[in-house]
Amino acid sequence: MAIIFEKTKGLTDKPTHYCPGCTHGIIHRLVAEVMEEMDLLDEAIGVAPVGCSVLAYDYFNVDMHEAAHGRAPAVATGIKRVHPNNFVFTYQGDGDLASIGTAEIVHAAHRGEKFTTIFVNNAIYGMTGGQMAPTTLIGQKTTTSPYGRDEATTGKPIKISEMLATIDGAKFVERVAVNTPANIRKAKKAIREAFKVQIEGKGFSIVEVLSTCPTNWGLTPVESMKWLEKDMIPYYPLGNFRKPEEVE
Amino acid sequence: MTKVLMKGNEAVGAAAIAAGCHYFFGYPITPQSEVPEYMSRELPKVGGAYVQAESEVAAINMVYGAAGSGARVMTSSSSPGIALKQEGISYCAGAELPCVIVDMMRGGPGLGTIQPAQGDYFLATRGGGNGDYRLIVLAPADVQELVDLVMEGFDLADLYRTPVMILGDGMIGQMMEPVEFNYKPRADLPEKDWATKGKGKGKQRNVINSLYLQAEELEKHNHKLQAKYAKIRENEKKVEEYNVEGADIVITAYGTTSRIAKTAIAKLEKEGYKVGMIRPISLYPFPNEAFERIGDDCKGVLTVEMSTGQMIDDVKISLQGRIPTYFHGRSGGMVPEPEEIVEKVKEILGGDK
Repeated sequence: MAIIFEKTKGLTDKPTHYCPGCTHGIIHRLVAEVMEEMDLLDEAIGVAPVGCSVLAYDYFNVDMHEAAHGRAPAVATGIKRVHPNNFVFTYQGDGDLASIGTAEIVHAAHRGEKFTTIFVNNAIYGMTGGQMAPTTLIGQKTTTSPYGRDEATTGKPIKISEMLATIDGAKFVERVAVNTPANIRKAKKAIREAFKVQIEGKGFSIVEVLSTCPTNWGLTPVESMKWLEKDMIPYYPLGNFRKPEEVE
Repeated sequence: MTKVLMKGNEAVGAAAIAAGCHYFFGYPITPQSEVPEYMSRELPKVGGAYVQAESEVAAINMVYGAAGSGARVMTSSSSPGIALKQEGISYCAGAELPCVIVDMMRGGPGLGTIQPAQGDYFLATRGGGNGDYRLIVLAPADVQELVDLVMEGFDLADLYRTPVMILGDGMIGQMMEPVEFNYKPRADLPEKDWATKGKGKGKQRNVINSLYLQAEELEKHNHKLQAKYAKIRENEKKVEEYNVEGADIVITAYGTTSRIAKTAIAKLEKEGYKVGMIRPISLYPFPNEAFERIGDDCKGVLTVEMSTGQMIDDVKISLQGRIPTYFHGRSGGMVPEPEEIVEKVKEILGGDK
């Protein structure tokens, strides 16, 4: 019998702990598929964050490090300097990367570290139970912004891709979403391009992926996809912010 | 090998490279900035990598990544910077990653001062980060010993898969003394088959991790760490003892302070006093047996530190109330004079020789 579909070898057989409707599963699969397609599984070393995807080291079928909260880019720097010919990536959420780990991500980009970051932005702290993140939208209710995020006291949501695109060492910066089949295909293409930038030794690359959190948003999975499209994308526009040819 | 005159901080770098450490992640802070300066100059020559991190927090997490990747790796700092590294040190201990961390102590608390001090004894020996862990802590008293302990530190780190801290102070880091480098790795160093190199190169998929969500598993892991620390206590105690048998008083001090104490002891001996000395070289594991060997007729044990009294806790634990303990300390960057120690001894003995 002809095989018409196979699970990627880039993921282990371990069942994930992600909530129903969460898009981490899609993003894991995209990263794993691209690694498999680019023949990187034997050489890849990944870094998992602290947050919902803390257990990513159980799911990606490659060598992995589990980093302290926000420090994945520093850990990846250490790995890449020891193994400059291996493929290295970090997988980080928005609490991890956009809050506690801003120094590490900015300076890894600034040094032009030759690894790739997959940045999953779902506008909330998921693992700890739905607290406000730097990426939480204005008016969005969370357990630590119970009256809705107030710009006067908490500022506006931080736009990581736009910020990193101002840094010369960041050679590839793109924001994608995984709310529709078309966007998922675009996300996969961006991940492949980001990996290529690393393999060609051009510098730092990052793909920001807009993601859902039905559990902590208090929405159904379908409503979450709609909220992502109607509320998140207008504030976090999709598209490429930087390509190597533009930098040079 | 002929001796060369070197500053302590530069000798740290030279010793590390001699021991095969080709990766250094640092951040400038007085009085240890010559370590990153030396490494930035010398590591490219041996095909290694020096990275000036954005912070001490980042530097120790780079160490985590490099150590987990199987390399010999070092970072260095001074007290406030070492405080910042505690997160990563705890993670390295939890994930059982070998690495060497150098602390050239300065006065504290807070921003304190840039002058030498020994106020990080608790931080180093009690584990400044979260959780049940220990470091191997080695305290050199001169530049040659600093070199030897840095080199041995890499072996101990690899042998036990644990972070090793070299606890010096601003004085040791800044002074120049003649040194030689004779590194021979131990024969019993295990292969790093747990390190991440890409699973195609290893025997299995490797994961560097300190997370154990199941309480039963974490307790088991903690017991494993404790068994390792018990082995370290059994095998790795280092101490220098001088005229302890029959001494009326024993002075104990480590690092820079021990040198000042030796000058004080020479003066006291000329005056006819019977003074012994115990110099712990390993602060963890603490050489408690040396204190247990002190005779019951000894009139007191005087601990001298450049702090307000930290190692004295371990001295008291070792003596278990058997002999009276005394303390003399200067802090905040003040260095004790030998005469202060001489006076303190005379005060304790009340003129008895």
